[in-house]
Amino acid sequence: MSNNSANNSLVLLHKSVKQLRLEAGIRRMKVSQAASDLKTFCLQNASKDPLLMGVPSNDNPFRPPKSCALF
Amino acid sequence: MGEMEKLRKEAESLKDQITAARKAVQDLTLQDHTSGTSVVGRVQLKIRKTLRGHLAKIYAMHWGGDTKLCVSASQDGKLIVWDTCTTNKVHAIPLKSSWVMTCAYAPSGNMVACGGLDNMCSIYNLKGKDGSVKVMRELAGHNGYLSSCRFISDSEIITSSGDCTCCMWDIETGTQKTIFAGHLGDCMSLGMAPDFNTFISGACDFTAKLWDIRDGQCRQTFAGHESDINAIGFFPNGNAVITGSDDASLKLFDLRADQELMTFQDSSIMCGVTSLAPSISGRLLLAGYDDFNCNVWDTLKAERVGTLAGHDNRVSCMGVTGDGMACCTGSWDSFLKIWN
Repeated sequence: MSNNSANNSLVLLHKSVKQLRLEAGIRRMKVSQAASDLKTFCLQNASKDPLLMGVPSNDNPFRPPKSCALF
Repeated sequence: MGEMEKLRKEAESLKDQITAARKAVQDLTLQDHTSGTSVVGRVQLKIRKTLRGHLAKIYAMHWGGDTKLCVSASQDGKLIVWDTCTTNKVHAIPLKSSWVMTCAYAPSGNMVACGGLDNMCSIYNLKGKDGSVKVMRELAGHNGYLSSCRFISDSEIITSSGDCTCCMWDIETGTQKTIFAGHLGDCMSLGMAPDFNTFISGACDFTAKLWDIRDGQCRQTFAGHESDINAIGFFPNGNAVITGSDDASLKLFDLRADQELMTFQDSSIMCGVTSLAPSISGRLLLAGYDDFNCNVWDTLKAERVGTLAGHDNRVSCMGVTGDGMACCTGSWDSFLKIWN
């Protein structure tokens, strides 16, 4: 193994360890709290989700309205 | 070689530390939390519009912010900007290189971008003074194909590449501002956080990484998939990341708990996921597959609640409008379809 490629591997390994130290050090929230927040977000926004609730034809920008208003 | 051995041992020990730290916060699973929630009813979306005009496989599409305009890219060498309500083509932009793999619409609506096997990201100004659409910048610097791109603003764009890096560019000067290196395989997809402070990348090293846009650091790495990650996106509140892979599954990773909370898979699905998009409440997860279909998943229950069948070839891309009104699918069959 030439000196150059040995140095290269060393540099890469150093970077790898540095990155792992960073990732190991983050604060982690309890899964129960994270899961609860996810569920709450879904349920709270459900009524405003057109794909979930369905779109009435009158309000559907992709469908022409079935009747015209006449005044 | 004493130092190499020491570093290798330290790397292994740190990996074990991370695994242990993730396990330590696993007091309950997402499934435990949603055991009392009922599955959503059967979701039956209908095709409302078919966008016809491309002459070859469609590789990418992106909605224009909160509008009903979208841009699509095809290997027929064209970018088309569509008014999806009328199905009119607002712009048909001929490309220098037809080997396009990605496209993006700037949130302002002023520009679109695309790139592919030319290793470049080309920016087009849609609002030129004489009304014609011209190339504004060609961002060159990647040593591999451009797999994805997303605008931060009219002056900055992020790209992902087959050279295993992602990059943030200054569009004005055409220079690379930050290079995000760390993946050990081709970067296949990227997703922008709702607050534009971070982005996520999915790669052929089977991992997803969360990056800080301003300081260029990789903050978190998520492993678990058994093959290339082709598609990636943020859960609407920005607290979780969803990935789609060639291993036929999708996974939801929570950013604050730093781990996988859910896997979306079925023994009857044996082909890769090509694209994904959550509905605006996050409750539905739409995913495009190699087998020409899309599946609709209940995010909280990991159950399939619908299918979108309408394409005659692989679904290569999809997106949900900013207001959640509709979903667009793009396919190798050369058509885009709008569903709701």
